[in-house]
Formats: sequence, C-alpha cells, structure tokens
Amino acid sequence: MASLINTFINTLNWPVLLILLPLIGAMICFIWPRSAILTGLITLSAVLCCVAGLTWQLLEHGVYRHPVGGWGAPLGIDLYADGLSLIMLLTTALVGSAISVYSTAYLKPQESTRFWPVWLLLLAALNALFLSADLFNLYVTLELMGLAAVTLTALSATRQAYNGAMRYLLATLLGSLCYLLAIALLYHAYATVDISLLAQRVDSSPVSWAAFGLISAGLALKTALFPLHFWLPPAHSSAPAPVSALLSALVVKASFYILLRVWLEIFAPLGAGAVELFGLLGMLAVVWGSIQALRQTRLKLLIAYSTVAQIGYLFMAFPLASNRPQLWAAVLYLALSHALAKSAMFLSAGNLLKYGGHDRISDLDRVVQRLPLTAAAFALAGVSIMGLPPSGGFISKWLLLEAAITQGRWDLALVMIFGGLLAAAYIFKVLGRTFTQAATTHEARAVPASMEWPALLLALGAIVLGFIAIPMFGLIHIGDAFGLGGVQP
Amino acid sequence: MTLNESIPLLVVLSSLVPGLIIFGLAEERSTLRIVLNLLGAVIKFALVIWMLWGVYNGQHYELRIALLTDLELVLRAGPLALLFVILSSVLWLVTTVYAIGYLENSPFRSRFFSFFSLCVTATVGVALSGNMITFLLFYELLTLATYPLIVHRGTEQARKAGQTYLIYTIFGGALLLLGTVWLYTLTGTLEFTPRGFVSQLDPSHYPALIMIFILLIGGLGVKAALFPLHGWLPQAMVAPAPVSALLHAVAVVKAGAFGIVRVVYEVFGVEFASSLGVTTPLAILAAFTIIFGSLRALFQDDLKRRLAFSTISQVSYITLGVAIAGPIATIGGVVHLVHQGLMKITLFFCAGNLAETLGIHKVSEMNGVGRRMPWTMAAFTIGAFGMIGAPPVAGFISKWYLGLGALDADQGWVIFVLAGSSLLNAAYFLPILHTAWFKQPPEHWHAEHDFGRHETALALLIPPIITALLALGAGLLASVAVSPLEWAKIIAAREFYQP
Repeated sequence: MASLINTFINTLNWPVLLILLPLIGAMICFIWPRSAILTGLITLSAVLCCVAGLTWQLLEHGVYRHPVGGWGAPLGIDLYADGLSLIMLLTTALVGSAISVYSTAYLKPQESTRFWPVWLLLLAALNALFLSADLFNLYVTLELMGLAAVTLTALSATRQAYNGAMRYLLATLLGSLCYLLAIALLYHAYATVDISLLAQRVDSSPVSWAAFGLISAGLALKTALFPLHFWLPPAHSSAPAPVSALLSALVVKASFYILLRVWLEIFAPLGAGAVELFGLLGMLAVVWGSIQALRQTRLKLLIAYSTVAQIGYLFMAFPLASNRPQLWAAVLYLALSHALAKSAMFLSAGNLLKYGGHDRISDLDRVVQRLPLTAAAFALAGVSIMGLPPSGGFISKWLLLEAAITQGRWDLALVMIFGGLLAAAYIFKVLGRTFTQAATTHEARAVPASMEWPALLLALGAIVLGFIAIPMFGLIHIGDAFGLGGVQP
Repeated sequence: MTLNESIPLLVVLSSLVPGLIIFGLAEERSTLRIVLNLLGAVIKFALVIWMLWGVYNGQHYELRIALLTDLELVLRAGPLALLFVILSSVLWLVTTVYAIGYLENSPFRSRFFSFFSLCVTATVGVALSGNMITFLLFYELLTLATYPLIVHRGTEQARKAGQTYLIYTIFGGALLLLGTVWLYTLTGTLEFTPRGFVSQLDPSHYPALIMIFILLIGGLGVKAALFPLHGWLPQAMVAPAPVSALLHAVAVVKAGAFGIVRVVYEVFGVEFASSLGVTTPLAILAAFTIIFGSLRALFQDDLKRRLAFSTISQVSYITLGVAIAGPIATIGGVVHLVHQGLMKITLFFCAGNLAETLGIHKVSEMNGVGRRMPWTMAAFTIGAFGMIGAPPVAGFISKWYLGLGALDADQGWVIFVLAGSSLLNAAYFLPILHTAWFKQPPEHWHAEHDFGRHETALALLIPPIITALLALGAGLLASVAVSPLEWAKIIAAREFYQP
C-alpha cells in the first residue's frame, strides 16, 4: 500500500499540474461565471495538494528538473524546482487559499465574477514563475503576473482604484521592460537564457554588469524598494482587502524571488559590489517606510507603508548574506513570515472596514470586544512584523541581527532594532485605539466567520513559524540553492 | 516527553489554556469563567508545590524545545526559578479571588481575565526560563499581555498611560534583544549557569561585555523601574486595582528585578561582574533610585501614586542587594524579591478596597477610615510596617541582611542609604496610619457601598488579610526550613560557595 502511494506521488508531475490547474480553473471561471467560487475553491484545494505532493517528491528525490515537451535547454523550456522554489510555492498556496476563502464573503457578487478568473490567472503566473529555469520564461510569467495584479487592483472600479492601478501599471511595465532589455543583452552576449547555462558562461564584462544593473533596477521597481516604492501605497491601499493581501504578500515577493535567484546563480559568483547599495537602500526603506506608516491616518495605507519597510529588511540582508550564504534561508523565512503576517493584517483591515464602514485609525473603537478574532489576528500578525518572539519574523531577524553583529555591521544592526521600534509604534497606534470606548457613530455590520478565521489562521501561521524553523530550513536547503556545498547552517 | 519534562510546560500551560478559553467566552458566562480561573490557579499552585517537593528530593525538571539548530527554548526549575514561581502562583491565586470580587458587574470581564491569565503565564515563563532567549520571549510576552490590562478602562487617560508604558517597555525590550544577540555572538550560548558563562572570554572582549551589561540592565531596568527609566510606573496606576497589585508585586516590576538577578548571577557571575567594575555603578544607581522613589512618594496625595513611588524605591532594594556583590547582601536582595511582593500586594489590595468601598483615592480623604474598615486597615498597617522595615514583618529581614551584607562587603555607605530610606518610608507611611486610625471619621463617606455584614465584600477582604499574614509569617518564621529566607540562603550558597 505504502509503495503504491509512493509510486502514485512520484509518477504525477506536480509542477506541471501546479501551472495547468489554475490556468484551467481561470478559463472555467471565465466561461461559467456562476460557478466561479466553487471552481476557484476546488482549484485552490488541488493546488494545495500539488504543493504537498511536490514537497514529498523533493524530500524523497531532491531537486526536480523537467524539460517541457522533451526538448530541454537551451532550445526548450525547463521547469525546475528546488527548496527555494518550493518555499515560495508553499507560501503562495497557503496564503492564496486563506485569501480565497476570505474573498468569498468579502467581495460583492459582481466583483466576485471578475475576481476569480484573474486571481487564478495570477496564481498560474506565480506558480510558473517559481518553477521557471530560464530568464525569458521568467519574463513572460513576470509580465503575466504584473498585468493580472494591475487588473485586480482596479477591481473595485472607483476613481481612486483606477488611479492606483494606473500608476501600478506604468511602474510594472517599466520594470519588466528593464528586465527584458537585460535579457536581450545577455542573450546577445552569451547565446542562452537558461539560468544554469548562463551561470557557466557569464563573465565579468560591461555587458553583464549593464544587464545586472537593468535587472536590479527593474525588479527593485517591481518589488517597491525605496526610493522606487511610490506606486505601492496607493495601489495596495485602494484595492479591495483580499487583493491588497495578495499584492503585499505574494506579488512583491515574486519579483524579489527573481532578483534573488538571478543574483545567487549568475551574478554573485562574479563578486558584485552592488550588495552595499542594496543594503543602503534597504536601510532607508526600513526607516522611511516605518516613519510614513506611523504618519498615516488610514489603516490600509499604514499597512501598505509597513510593506515598504519590511521589504527593506529583505534587501538589508544582501551585504550580510553575501559573506555568509546560509543567511539566505533566513531571508526567505522572513519573506514567508511577512507574507503570512501582512496578508493577515490586510484581511483584518478588511474586516474592520466592512464592520465600521471606514478605516480611520482614530475612530476604531472597542473593536477588541466586538471583533475579538480580528483584533487578535491583527495583534498576532503585529508580533511577527515587529519581530517579537515567538514568531517567524523573530527567528529571521534574530539570525540577521546575529550576522550583522558578528560581521561588525553596526549600521545594519541598529537599523534593524530601530525598525522594530518603529513597527511597534505604528502597530500599537492601531491597537491602542481598538480599546477605547467612544460612542459609536456608525451602523455596525456583522462580519461572518469566513472573514475572521482566515485572518486569524494566517496570523497564527506567522507565530507557528517561530517554532518550526528547523524543518522549514531543511526544506529551503533542498537543492542547495545558496551554494553552501552540503554544509548545513 | 517524560513526566519531569512536561511539568514545567504544564505550569506554563495551566494559565495559558484557561486564558485562551476565556478569551472566546461570552460576557454572561461568569460562573464558567470563575471556575476556569480558579481551576487554573489551583492546578498551577499544585504543580509548583509538586516541583518544589521534587527538587527537595533531587529531581530535575527541565524541558528543551529546539527553535534553531543551536538555539533552544528551555524551561527549568532551579532554586531561583522556584522562588519566583512560587511567589507568582501563590499571589496569582489570591489576586484572582480579589479580581473576581473587584470586577463584579463591570464590563469586558472576559477580556480582562484572559489577559490577566496571559500575564501570569508570561511571569511564570520568565521565572522558569533556563536561558536568555526563553527569558526574552516571555519578557516580551509580558509586555504585550500587560498592555490591554493597563488600557482596560478604555478612557483617554488609560490609552495615554498604555502608550507611555509601551514606549518604555518596547524600548527596553529592544535594548535587551540587542544585548542578548551581542552576547550570543561572543559566547555561542545563552544558558543560565550559576556563576555565569562569560568569565572564560578573552580579556579583549571585556569592553564589549561592559556594553552588553549596560544594554541588558538598561532593558531590564525599564521594567524594574530603575531611575531614570521609571516614568511609566506612576502613570500605569490608571489600571484596575488587581492589575496594579499584580504589576507591582509579581508581574512586570518583579520580572525586571528578577531579570537583573539572573543577568548578574547566572550570565556574568557576580564575582566576574564586580571585577569588570560594573556592579558599583549599578549599586549607586539602585541606591539613588531608593532615595529618589521615597522622596517622590512623600509628596503624593493620591494613595496609589504614593504606593507606586514606594514600589520604585522598594524594588531597587533587590538590585542593590545584587549589586553589593557579597553573599550576605545576595540573601537580602533575593529574599526581598518575595518579601516586597507580599507586602506591596497587600497595600494595593487595601487601596483598592478603600476605593471600591468608600470611594477614597487620596490620603487626605482617609480620616478615621480605620474605624470603618478595621480589617483592611490592619492589613495595610502590617504592610506599611513591613515597608518601613519594622520587626517582625518580612521587610525587616530584607533590610537586616542587606545591611549586614554591605558591611561584609566593605560598603558601609549602603547603611546610610538604608537608614535614610527607612526614615523616608516612615515619613510617608506613618502619616497615613495616623490619619486612618486616630483622626475623626467624616459624617458621610464619599461614595459608600453597602456590603452588608462585613466591612466590604469578602472576596476583597480575605486576600489582603492572607497576604498580610504571609508577610508577617515570612518575618516571624524566617528560620523555618521552607521560608523564603532559607531558600535565598541556598541560592546564595550556590552562587558563592559551591565548587
């Protein structure tokens, strides 16, 4: 029996399913809008199963490489999965499922019919992105993801949403254009776009540096790294709550993933000095984003600026991890924790918005008593964002802080501490208001359990990550994406 | 997981689980809530007594959970941990009874008791933590769990007080985190060990160690209300009386002081710390805080504020005892951890009773209150005499050992601090007692509630009487084998004399 299951799991081609299922789902949702919710939920469950299957497969057999149609690189397209891809796929599936359940209750029926096809398309693009092994394929998925994300931003069809979406569209197109230009340069110089082939061929020449500069600039824009973050707060705050959660938790992480992958496999061996620039911008992002978050009077804008700050931490790790590759696992862990915590925060904000009809921070009264689960979700997510123990955020920040002090990088260490303080300030700015007892000025509306629980479960996930770091790091290290050479941290 | 591993975890869970259940409980289900609260408190108490018995018989209670490959969550019941954990579990039981009486018919009780339980969970975790990282975890949890209690009343003043509290404590937590990580990069371990684990480091690291010491003490000093980090404590008085009682006697303030004890004895080792030259400045700071707190207390008319400044002063006795860096002063400092808790919780219970029964908040309104509420004021009197250091109440024992210890360590100046502080204590407590017992009571009390046959509700009256008796007992029976003093002697012996 056990061997039967084993064969079953190994013969199925999980990565291909991960891309095809959401694509098919998107089409069904598009053709039969009435069954959109059902189709969507079934697709998400199937995707969760596929990720579980892939996890099993990677644990049993190590990295996965699949030449689509049997052609193989450099002619054909290869699908590739290692620990790095797996952790991103896992994040996407988990966060995506929670948000999907949430959206069934949050979105109005006509919004819902527009939401599902695009969201499933976005899911397909994300999954394909994490499984791509060549730069051009990454470009295609990146572009698909960007367009789907822009469409979702405009979902609520208000003027504000269109403005945000338009800025987002311009930013994302510019970003992918830079990236495409870089690929053209690389293809011209080295005659391949396959990442592992490029890694062997690339040398320290003006062309490769120009390509790296373009890739970094384009992806930094898409990841909203300070000072290229201008598009993020309006886009993320004007979208409906489930979409904000998707954008902040998953979409910005995807472009960061490409940057990390390209850096690790192609440019890091060249000994690039760009790490210092990344580190500096990261520090500025943490300080600037947090201060802006603190100044906001609207909850969703506050959370959006918090994303800008948290992205800073991901970039601050570059100067540290370039000397100590095992730290990349901590960076990914931070991205995963942030995805869970930030989506929980946006979903809680959505609950407050539905409940009170507004998201003015100064008028959030007595939420703790009336929406205890939502308040708990926000607070627990806040624990991870602040980097307090026990949480995934704490584990990652502990490792980063330790590395910063060991390497004598006091600038980075102090910014991390300072960023934590600022995060506490803006999170408690919200939580402090939820205990007050002003008279209610609005007609309160009940919030269904299917909106409260996804937020709480995501937040709990961020806390649980504080206790399961060892097995998770084991998953991340499958396939040795960080070039540790078998040395486990 | 063996039995001896699971007991420390159960001690933590026995308040965590009721707390989580109560969070989801509807407001009206007060019977179930009371049952859960008391059940948790009793179970915790029983488990702690079991551990105490086990440790007497040479059992070893320890639980390790790996967070990262070389970073573990450790719960361990050593002598110092047990001292604090017993104090917390006893006082939690008493305070729960008091809080049930105090908050009867007030809104948001589910929320209150939920965070109340969480607060005790964190305190017990602080007590049992076997390394710095575990300590840090529960220390931060304590910050988060206390915040909702401080802002419980939901007024603008409460929100402001909560904000001040957070600014101080989150900042303190950041200092503590930085110090802990730095320490870890030097030593590669964070395990609390008698006589410390840093003395083997190369002398070139000594400047870094001094900085780490400052960071850690700075982080802990916020909760321990060391001058100039004490600003949040008087403001936090807006919290309901049971919260103030718990905050001052066991939870927040004491967690800070306990942390200082841990850091000096089991991270640095007191002898190494004094050879680094960091204990004398700490002693001076503590001495200054003692005098400063007492001086400020003199001029407060608000009873709870006066008690708050008195706490600032009294908790620094613990730090002082630690920083004198001698075996006898250690006994005085460590035993004061318990004694101060018993005395101060009594005083706060009484203050709560006065406010709840007669609407008295100020010292100037206390004329003749002793005749209206004799039992409450009797308990208050015992607590106050203990604070002054009059024999045979527990406070005398602490001061006696502190003084002897200072002479033993050739730090005679401490005697003057102790004497000055006792005088000041007398100066701000004796007028209260005089007003309460010897002045003529007014015709009508400010806002009197009728509680029938007794002077106030029994749930409010019995807890302070119990804690007052405990404070008296800890002084009278100090030489009995299970007294706090004897435990403190064991702890001091372990730090100074054992190989």
